[in-house]
Amino acid sequence: MTDNNNLIVYCELEDGRVADVSLELLTKGRQLAKELGVKLEALVIGNNLEGIEEQIFPYGADVVYKVDDERLYPYRTNPHASVLINLFKEIKPQICLMGATCIGRDLGPRVSSALHSGLTADCTSLEIGDHTDPKTQKEYKDLLYQIRPAFGGNIVATIVNPECRPQMATVREGVMKKEALTEPHTGEVVNLDASKYVDPEAFAVEIIDRHIEKSKVNIKNASIIVAGGYGVGSKENFDLLYELANTLGAEVGASRAAVDAGFAEHERQIGQTGVTVRPKLYIACGISGQIQHIAGMQESSMILSINNDPNAPINTIADYVITGNLEDVIPKIIKYYKKNSK
Amino acid sequence: MSLNIIVLAKQVPDTRNVGKDAMKEDGTVNRAALPAIFNPEDLNALEQALRLKEANPGSTITLLTMGLPRAAEMVREAMWRGADGGIVLTDPALGGADTLATSYSLAQAVKKFGNYDIILGGRQAIDGDTAQVGPQIAEKLGIPQVTYAEEILDLKDGFVTVKRRLEHGVETVKSPLPCVVTVNGSAAECRPRNAVRVQRYKYASLPVEQEKMSERVKEVVAKRPELTIKKWSAADVEADPAQIGFAGSPTKVKAIEAVVFTAKESLRLDDNDEQIEALVKDLIANHTIG
Repeated sequence: MTDNNNLIVYCELEDGRVADVSLELLTKGRQLAKELGVKLEALVIGNNLEGIEEQIFPYGADVVYKVDDERLYPYRTNPHASVLINLFKEIKPQICLMGATCIGRDLGPRVSSALHSGLTADCTSLEIGDHTDPKTQKEYKDLLYQIRPAFGGNIVATIVNPECRPQMATVREGVMKKEALTEPHTGEVVNLDASKYVDPEAFAVEIIDRHIEKSKVNIKNASIIVAGGYGVGSKENFDLLYELANTLGAEVGASRAAVDAGFAEHERQIGQTGVTVRPKLYIACGISGQIQHIAGMQESSMILSINNDPNAPINTIADYVITGNLEDVIPKIIKYYKKNSK
Repeated sequence: MSLNIIVLAKQVPDTRNVGKDAMKEDGTVNRAALPAIFNPEDLNALEQALRLKEANPGSTITLLTMGLPRAAEMVREAMWRGADGGIVLTDPALGGADTLATSYSLAQAVKKFGNYDIILGGRQAIDGDTAQVGPQIAEKLGIPQVTYAEEILDLKDGFVTVKRRLEHGVETVKSPLPCVVTVNGSAAECRPRNAVRVQRYKYASLPVEQEKMSERVKEVVAKRPELTIKKWSAADVEADPAQIGFAGSPTKVKAIEAVVFTAKESLRLDDNDEQIEALVKDLIANHTIG
């Protein structure tokens, strides 16, 4: 079975701009579409979408579907889900990618249930490959391999979706790399009439209040990250990490265990269930190094681990390991940095 | 107004406390080595249900879980904390289900249950972290979903008002009932067991468990129907065999690998001043910092 149908990326909006995670998925989608020999399409749903395609075409989209209606922003589940369900019945994409964000993880399952198509959450890698059903020996060409951690990150599973379409996957922010085309690129814009795609009863849930703050934390783009784990011990002890970060011009990150314990805010979480980072220098403070954390930072150019346990698993992937207590080591790093930097 | 509340819950292996023996040598999961626990966010959901029950006297909370018969432990645990009873949807035919087949099966159970006002469940289970089952059940039942709930602020006149926790803020939404609300780990923790309830419901059990009980206990259970936890099969909920279990799952696991990271040769340092200063100087010299 080969599919000539296209690959579509659901583009999420943040303050009138296409979210980074969507641009990352367009970049990945472009590569997958090329491999399949199909078109890359994008879908944007919102309000005041005039010119939004200019942000999307540089990432290689051949078609941008736009649904522009004041009732469609901010995001609500059912109106957006009905656009996807109705549009997908029409254009039958073979693959649909969306961000594993609060929106994508709310929307994806609703759409997959309505279309009876498989959905894989939080993929860390996407590839095209063939598949033979172990029971029936039926062969499938060019499926989407949806690769994701499972069991708290202890295993990695490759999931396929042999029979149902679209093959749907969500991917977290930062997992894929965002890369615009070097050559100018443009495509077709298709404006869809909201009233044809959304039933009036889809607006039954009402947003009565909304406080969204611009994120102050930018760990994804930081070139140096000072990250703390459960071993930091308390929220107060994190102050030491902030002090080091301020000295070095770094951002503070945290492991899931530290976030779950309330030592740091959720938006600082690094790992499979947080953000994936690739800084120049990653300073891991009191982080033991569970697989799910390592997966989100192993591509750092240089890793320094500070831990009082010489056998902490993270030490095996670190370039430098300092065995000692944070309260002794960090002040010394600050002191010698100040002494030696110009 | 009294409410019929359903709480969805899953018994999961405790993946947060994975020891060395949790993985077999062939890279598969050694489930026997992992303790089975009440999925943490489902407990947050139970707490929200208990608060609704307190605010609306006469309400009942029914725990619905799909799994092995031993998931009856979950129903007992919920009853000891304040739920009224529960249903274990269990059948070998349901095994190997992905999220979609699971949602279909649970939605069928909800339909059999019948009259309900609100369905609560955890945002996601820690063994899969997919957060898909709640929204998929809502779609199958044709009712709205409210995900990432942190607190139910109000429920009256056929509407529920919910505070949601999003990546960069909070949102308050008002949804008509019935609906599915999935509750975040940042919501209030579940209250502990109540000693009186533990005494009152210690014999709560599935019929299959009752067969093994002493005659005296059997008599007690026979007199008090609330002690019998319902066990439903795929046929009981009129599930279409083509949509359940492994066969009914559109996604298939092609391969599973244990995660192995390539170890590096690390430079090991002590916490003495000379070594730390030398390291800092190196990092400055190669422009990593400064």
